[in-house]
Amino acid sequence: MSEPVTLPEEAPEQARHPFTEAWEMFRRNHAALVALVLLVLICVLAVIGPVLYGRDPYDMVWAPFTRPGENWDFILGTDYLGRDLLAMIISGARVSIIIGLSAAFVSIFIGVTVGALAGFYRGWVEEALMRFTEFFQVLPTLLFSMVIVALFGASLPMITFAIGVVSWTAVARITRAEFLRIRELEYVTASRASGARNAKLMFRVILPNALPPIIVQSALMVGSAILFEAGLSFLGLTDPNVVSWGQIIGSNRTYFLDASFTVTIPGVAIFVTVLCISLVGDGLNDALNPKLRAR
Amino acid sequence: MNFLRVTLIRILYAAILLIAVLVLNFSLMHAAPGDVADTIAQAAGGIDAEALEQIRREYGLDQPFLVQLGRYIGNVLQFDLGYSYFYSDKVTNLILSRLPATLLLVISAQLLALVVGVVLGVFSARKPNGILSHFVTFLALFGYSAPVFWTGLLMLVVFSLMVPLFPVAGMRDVTIEGGFFVQALDIAHHLVLPMLTLASIFLALYSRLSRAAMMEVLGSDYVRTAKAKGLSPRQVVYKHALKNALSPVITLAGLQLSAVVSGAVLVETVFSWPGLGTLAFQSILARDTPLILGILFFSALVVIVGNLLTDLALRLVDPRVGGKR
Amino acid sequence: MTEALLKVENLRIELTTRAGVAPVIDNLSFELGHGENISFVGESGCGKSMTALAIMGLLPEGVGRVASGRILFEGEDLTAASDSRLRDIRGNEISMIFQEPMTSLNPVYTVGEQIAEVLRAHQGLSARAARDMAADLLDAVRIPNARARAGDYPFQMSGGQRQRVMIAMALACRPKILIADEPTTALDVTVQAQIFDLLRDLRRDTGTSIILITHDMGAVAEMAERMIVMYAGRNAEIGPVEQIIDHPRHPYTKGLISCVPHIMATLTEDRPDLTEVPGIVPGLREFGQDRCLFASRCAYRTEQCLRQRPPAMAFDNGQLADCWHAETL
Repeated sequence: MSEPVTLPEEAPEQARHPFTEAWEMFRRNHAALVALVLLVLICVLAVIGPVLYGRDPYDMVWAPFTRPGENWDFILGTDYLGRDLLAMIISGARVSIIIGLSAAFVSIFIGVTVGALAGFYRGWVEEALMRFTEFFQVLPTLLFSMVIVALFGASLPMITFAIGVVSWTAVARITRAEFLRIRELEYVTASRASGARNAKLMFRVILPNALPPIIVQSALMVGSAILFEAGLSFLGLTDPNVVSWGQIIGSNRTYFLDASFTVTIPGVAIFVTVLCISLVGDGLNDALNPKLRAR
Repeated sequence: MNFLRVTLIRILYAAILLIAVLVLNFSLMHAAPGDVADTIAQAAGGIDAEALEQIRREYGLDQPFLVQLGRYIGNVLQFDLGYSYFYSDKVTNLILSRLPATLLLVISAQLLALVVGVVLGVFSARKPNGILSHFVTFLALFGYSAPVFWTGLLMLVVFSLMVPLFPVAGMRDVTIEGGFFVQALDIAHHLVLPMLTLASIFLALYSRLSRAAMMEVLGSDYVRTAKAKGLSPRQVVYKHALKNALSPVITLAGLQLSAVVSGAVLVETVFSWPGLGTLAFQSILARDTPLILGILFFSALVVIVGNLLTDLALRLVDPRVGGKR
Repeated sequence: MTEALLKVENLRIELTTRAGVAPVIDNLSFELGHGENISFVGESGCGKSMTALAIMGLLPEGVGRVASGRILFEGEDLTAASDSRLRDIRGNEISMIFQEPMTSLNPVYTVGEQIAEVLRAHQGLSARAARDMAADLLDAVRIPNARARAGDYPFQMSGGQRQRVMIAMALACRPKILIADEPTTALDVTVQAQIFDLLRDLRRDTGTSIILITHDMGAVAEMAERMIVMYAGRNAEIGPVEQIIDHPRHPYTKGLISCVPHIMATLTEDRPDLTEVPGIVPGLREFGQDRCLFASRCAYRTEQCLRQRPPAMAFDNGQLADCWHAETL
């Protein structure tokens, strides 16, 4: 006769607030949790760092190419003009993060609008908008924004716009797919039947339910916008009066065979920030994706 | 017959997209401050207002927008993208002389990323908790988070400076003489680092996706059928599962084409690779508008042609795409 | 008595889930003779498909395993057989068709290729001979214009046609045993009848033994000589179909039969009220307990049922029922 197996009792299901549940799921992903903490630290550093550190990133304070550790006053060394690398990186954090956030906002705004309209109205609206999206997909993103910045000037708003306007297509595709799926669900039909107008259906009924994948994608967009800005400023297509991480690498590039730390250190800053963002994105995906939650 | 029709429709779409790119190009040129006449004037070191008007009339810049647009598109159809005053040459000549280098870089990096990515994905999918699987996760995170130009510079520091295996810059060594084979080998030697750098981003994407796709496919009903037929694990994985897992990867590869070309701009700049990217970089520094827009047009053309090929590959792999239904 | 073609002895299959290890098949024994048709009956989740997968050696890797017992195929224990030996048997001597014809065929290969592949693997046929034979097989499962349809992809066929392709594939090597796991559940009613007709005719022509897994008592009455009623991973009742339908010895069987009107009408004349079996199959975590697992849904429940697992009660007509009250029912 077989041994009876004892199986642990499952905890009784309680109705919990969705945010609590999402946070529970997020917390289980330790890498994401660590990344979130780091990310908060980086943001705090970007906001109050320049005040705390106090050294002007534009001042030529010491001999050029002082290696890190050579002089404890300049822990990370100095660049080709003898500017303090640490001061530059702290000051660059602000620009990189602000541009990353606002460019991501621009592309999410465009992407969600285009995707929502296409997924909601179907028919020729969808056809036209998807062709429009396809058109932006074939333009090499970096080249296109290089052209915009080159033609219309390298001010920070223009750079933000140039990044945002070329990188919304993924958001649009995801939003459209979600809208197409959700608009067929019963509760949408129900509120349609109860006389809700299109605008209400779109923004009050469908959009909130379409949000989880859009939120995950948005987190990733911030990371890629930071990378994008770094690429542009590496090429010198940036406001020459503002320090950003990519720009530090770009301006020191000529000398990197002699002083590679001027290139590797700012690169680490970009890498760590974007890595944290993508880890948090992974965590959000765990927390918000109901498909994975079933496992 | 059906295949042919679908292909023709695709080509028609591609042509429409190209025209749209031209319209955008021209509108940008029109909207930007300064025009060709200003550029010429600058190149000539300043001319008076009357001569400027003269030039404008000569180039038809006083005509209405649509007339100019029509003329621009007409010119492009005759392979005339304008004249670069910075290089004193036709834009098409300049671009065509640089295009092969970019194509070599882009195609080799994309193929490398696809092949290695799929191989990594397949192997790691068979052991979801194995070392390789964790490596793929790590690689995906690194590839996504590292700025490609930084990866390139690190590659140079490690493989040219610390361990001098590969050249620092350029596409060929002018001091090397020899036949076709020797030259090709030299180019390949120069290609290694830029190719690896560019491939690193996409390798990450493709290995992660093919791992996910493969894991899904391995759990599917038809794989169970294949096992129930008594096929060997090799046949089950490489014949039945792989062909199905390939289609999402190929679709992604198609979507990534414009990103590959964008990445190539940065990689070329890092490695002084004489392709369209370095040309774009220089033309922007020189404010050479016709050349910049010409490059934008050609790179869009590369992406569009690449998309057509992707579509074709997808239909070879998956009969459901573009068939009946 | 001749040696049975397939003999399952005291089979126990354990499934590892998040909540622990559960015996999805618990002490199951049965025999299948040459050319015989046996049916497995029971609600979803009672272990019918697991038994089939265990015979095929296809239990989900890392999740399910044969914990004890033997599966003897022509005297050879399949639970101890090597992977390559199992591959030789699968699709060749024992083959299987599945519940979901829509997803069980590989979407990216033609149906002809998918049939020909089995022939190449097991019979060593050349590519051309395998292709020809695939077309003949499609014809044998009554797909019109078979030679041309062999070049079709699964998505170009209906569900019924796909299931015919699955049958052609399974019968390609003239297997000794065909396991059909709910072959018609996903199909329209009219198509269901056609598939059963086809299976019956093929069995008559080839002499293949069939294990039919179903929850459709009507199909059992039409197709099988013997049946096994399973409940929660255990045998509830086993025996000749007519005997069981005539006089079920297990309350679960009784419930299942009374769900189907026409069997009662044709076999017994009187038309009792249609009933249903109240309640649902217990969850996996209740599997394996030392009591009658059906007790919670049973109208004949007594103290004993809750205290101890009922042993198999044998009857002279070959019926075997795992119920404390089998004799009084």
